[in-house]
Amino acid sequence: MEPVLTSGQHVGDHPRPEKNYLNENTRVWDWMTTVDHKRIGLMYLVGSLFFFLIGGMLALMLRLVLMTPQHTMFGIAVDAEMYNRMFTLHGAIMVFLFIIPAIPGSLTNFVLPLMLGAKDVAFPKLNLASFYVYVAGAIMAVSSIVIGAVDTGWTFYTPYSSSSSQTAVASMTMAAFILGFSSILTGLNFIATVHKLRAPGMGWFDMPLFIWGMYSTAVIQILATPVLAITLVLLAIEKTFHIGIFDPKYGGDPVLFQHFFWFYSHPAVYIMILPGMAIISELIPTFSKKTIFGYRAIAYSSVSLALVSFIVWGHHMFVAGQSQLANVVFSALTFLVAIPSGVKVFNWLTTMYKGNIVLKTPMWFAIAFLILFAIGGLTGIFLGTLSTNIHLTDTYFVVAHFHYVMMGSTVTAFLGGLYYWWPKMTGRMFSEKGGKISCALWFIGFNATFIPQFIMGSQGMPRRYYNYLDQFQPFHAFSTVGSWILGLSLFTVAGVLLASLRKPADAPDDPWGGTTLEWKTSSPPITHNFHDQPVLEREPYDYRPAGMAGKGH
Amino acid sequence: MNWLTGRFMLPPQGSAFADQVDTTFLGIYWLSVVLFWGITLTTLYFAWRYQYKAGRVTPHQTHNTTLEILWSVIPLLICVGLFFWGLNGYMKYAVAPGDAMEISVTGKQWLWEFTYPDGSKTINDMHVPVNKPVRLVMTSEDVLHDFFVPDMRVKMDVIPGRYTQVWFTPTVLGAHTFTCAEYCGKDHSGMKGIMTVEKQEDFDKFLATGGTEWETYRDSGDWAGWGKLQYERKGCNSCHSVDGTSSKGPTWKGLFGKTETLGTGTTLVVDDAYLQESMLQPNAKVVKGFEPIMPTFQGLLRNHEIKGLVAYIQSLK
Ligand code: HEC
Ligand SMILES: [Cu+2]
Repeated sequence: MEPVLTSGQHVGDHPRPEKNYLNENTRVWDWMTTVDHKRIGLMYLVGSLFFFLIGGMLALMLRLVLMTPQHTMFGIAVDAEMYNRMFTLHGAIMVFLFIIPAIPGSLTNFVLPLMLGAKDVAFPKLNLASFYVYVAGAIMAVSSIVIGAVDTGWTFYTPYSSSSSQTAVASMTMAAFILGFSSILTGLNFIATVHKLRAPGMGWFDMPLFIWGMYSTAVIQILATPVLAITLVLLAIEKTFHIGIFDPKYGGDPVLFQHFFWFYSHPAVYIMILPGMAIISELIPTFSKKTIFGYRAIAYSSVSLALVSFIVWGHHMFVAGQSQLANVVFSALTFLVAIPSGVKVFNWLTTMYKGNIVLKTPMWFAIAFLILFAIGGLTGIFLGTLSTNIHLTDTYFVVAHFHYVMMGSTVTAFLGGLYYWWPKMTGRMFSEKGGKISCALWFIGFNATFIPQFIMGSQGMPRRYYNYLDQFQPFHAFSTVGSWILGLSLFTVAGVLLASLRKPADAPDDPWGGTTLEWKTSSPPITHNFHDQPVLEREPYDYRPAGMAGKGH
Repeated sequence: MNWLTGRFMLPPQGSAFADQVDTTFLGIYWLSVVLFWGITLTTLYFAWRYQYKAGRVTPHQTHNTTLEILWSVIPLLICVGLFFWGLNGYMKYAVAPGDAMEISVTGKQWLWEFTYPDGSKTINDMHVPVNKPVRLVMTSEDVLHDFFVPDMRVKMDVIPGRYTQVWFTPTVLGAHTFTCAEYCGKDHSGMKGIMTVEKQEDFDKFLATGGTEWETYRDSGDWAGWGKLQYERKGCNSCHSVDGTSSKGPTWKGLFGKTETLGTGTTLVVDDAYLQESMLQPNAKVVKGFEPIMPTFQGLLRNHEIKGLVAYIQSLK
């Protein structure tokens, strides 16, 4: 039987309003100057998906080049230099222009104020400013890589990146800094919003867990990103005054650069994964029709992951020449990450236990997330352990591991979240069948692409390799075919979602039977979000029968 | 069997250390297999067992302190155990025995140069005696590189302006590939070579003459074949083509006997003596249209290797 998830078409006494945030003031200029968090969220969505498309195309091209030892792409030969530029562009776009801004910029911008029962974020104009800063940074980043033919990889390690042929690295770091600034502004805005604009009756432990996750993310954004700025200043000083900092030519130390880089980039990994976990904490209770198990444990584990993320950067550098004692300490600290991550997984599973699970598309993605995140997390143990790290670091094993975490986990959660909030954002329901097909393709394609990479890596295939030993060819070919399924799945997602826009608004206000406040307004919401100021009467994920519901996790 | 045990994930073992790493690897592998299927099957089972049924009321379970302590503390204990397991292996990797033979390694874009205790040198071609610990003292002339021998399970960055080291005891005779594992620019993936692990007497012979391999060529009289091997091993192929195309250096096709114009404008006919001079003092006579970028191979080429190269160039009509 088709489950009935929603009690009525429309919440409260409000039929679907004539005017909503989408059809009021529709001139281009209105959109460009909007301070409405929902519109800014949509603009971020379009921006980051655009870069996802480009980064994804580059990935498909890279896989095509690697498929055979002839290095051709549709018959065009690609040389090593071209290949190196392509993977640099792929990495930089995916990290800085897609994953970091995607969930905070788009989905969070859209739902965070709604979930809190607020009219907007705390500083709406600043919110618009961070979008434009993002656009400026993105243009600068892409143009400096393309025009400057940067081929350093997204890690920009010195002294290769400071050598004379790499003139564009300075402007690229500048671009990363500008993008970081956008990230800081967004984080700041979310923190202020969470502190100041919660609905009456909403205490800290009545907030949806999504908010806890995004709050932790925001804390990392504002604390880690300034380190990028410091690195930039030091690079500039070195370049102009020839004072040795990172470049051994002037007496600098290239390992120091790696410390700076990872001191930012490791927490950045959590800027990417925490939002994914935050989405999953919404999807699982909503579709299990059961209260979340271990609310406080999940909330605290987000915060502790944010804190621990600052003290484990050295695990990227076990063979980079840092002291052996440092290696030992960083390995020990790295194992700490496993605990809060494990706690989350166990809590999610226990939430499903004795639930009433509705297998709609977003829940399919949540299940895919649990499986892919298990692989991503468990392979992290191989890398955190010192003796095995020595063999595995800088190989395809690492490539596969971080794709499982960044893409298998974060992007899976992002897609699940996109399907979940799509009816709220657009007022349209999408085809369930199409959504499920896209999820199945995604899951199969993802594993087909990256499982062979684990095997290649542990057998000794280094990363960033244009040529490889013959023995790895079958694995590369398999992985390339997997990438086609992956590509197909994303086009299916796009097709399913865009097709839904062609019909008139049909989404009920609360299509999934959600308990958080964003479902208490029209789909799509009116410009000012709520018809009346919502007051929190029951805690999130409270699925007790009406009379018994209450507050206080 | 390998598919069953998880060993298929790993390359052949070439050192005692490899065995230790593999044991830890397989330990974590099995732990992961168990946890992975535990999580996956539980998820799928719950999704199936508790599938939506109209009217089912779900229990309001908010937390369970005992359970939550258990699933924090047990993983913590496992992690502590794994940490020490990894540390134990790492200590072996970190501290080289005092009697290890020392070989210096220099990385540069895009080749590896090895200097043996007696001062002889090789490029991209490394020889070590079996069952004797070797310690590599490494540095880079330009950017970061990383010396990685998968069969030995060792890897270490090679850094300009400082020395890093790595050690291992090769236990398996034969050829083992080594590669560069830290991205270093255009030909990063070509920066690799073969480590030959051989018996002590063969190693001594190699230092003295070029090894048993050389003897095989000498006995068969295949000088050009010997030269072709040097062309590939000593890195001549990164600048010289043998098919007529011009690269960083002039092609070797049709070189012998041809009239060469030098940068100074003078001409000469290419003969044995000129070829030998070009290898040992490349900047003495620079060919017109090329930069003087060829490194000197003085001390890097043995006499019979020069002779082989000359024979090889002669054979390229
Ligand atoms: C870094 C690039 C490079 C490498 C490696 C290199 N060469 Fe050269 N070689 C050159 C260049 C450039 C020239 C032309 C300028 C000159 O004569 O010095 C040249 C010239 C020569 C010539 C004279 C060619 C002529 O047309 O007259 C010979 C012979 C030669 N190299 C042999 C070798 C051998 C043997 C090796 C390997 C052991 C080798 N080269 C490795 C760059 C290189
Ligand atoms: Cu290298």
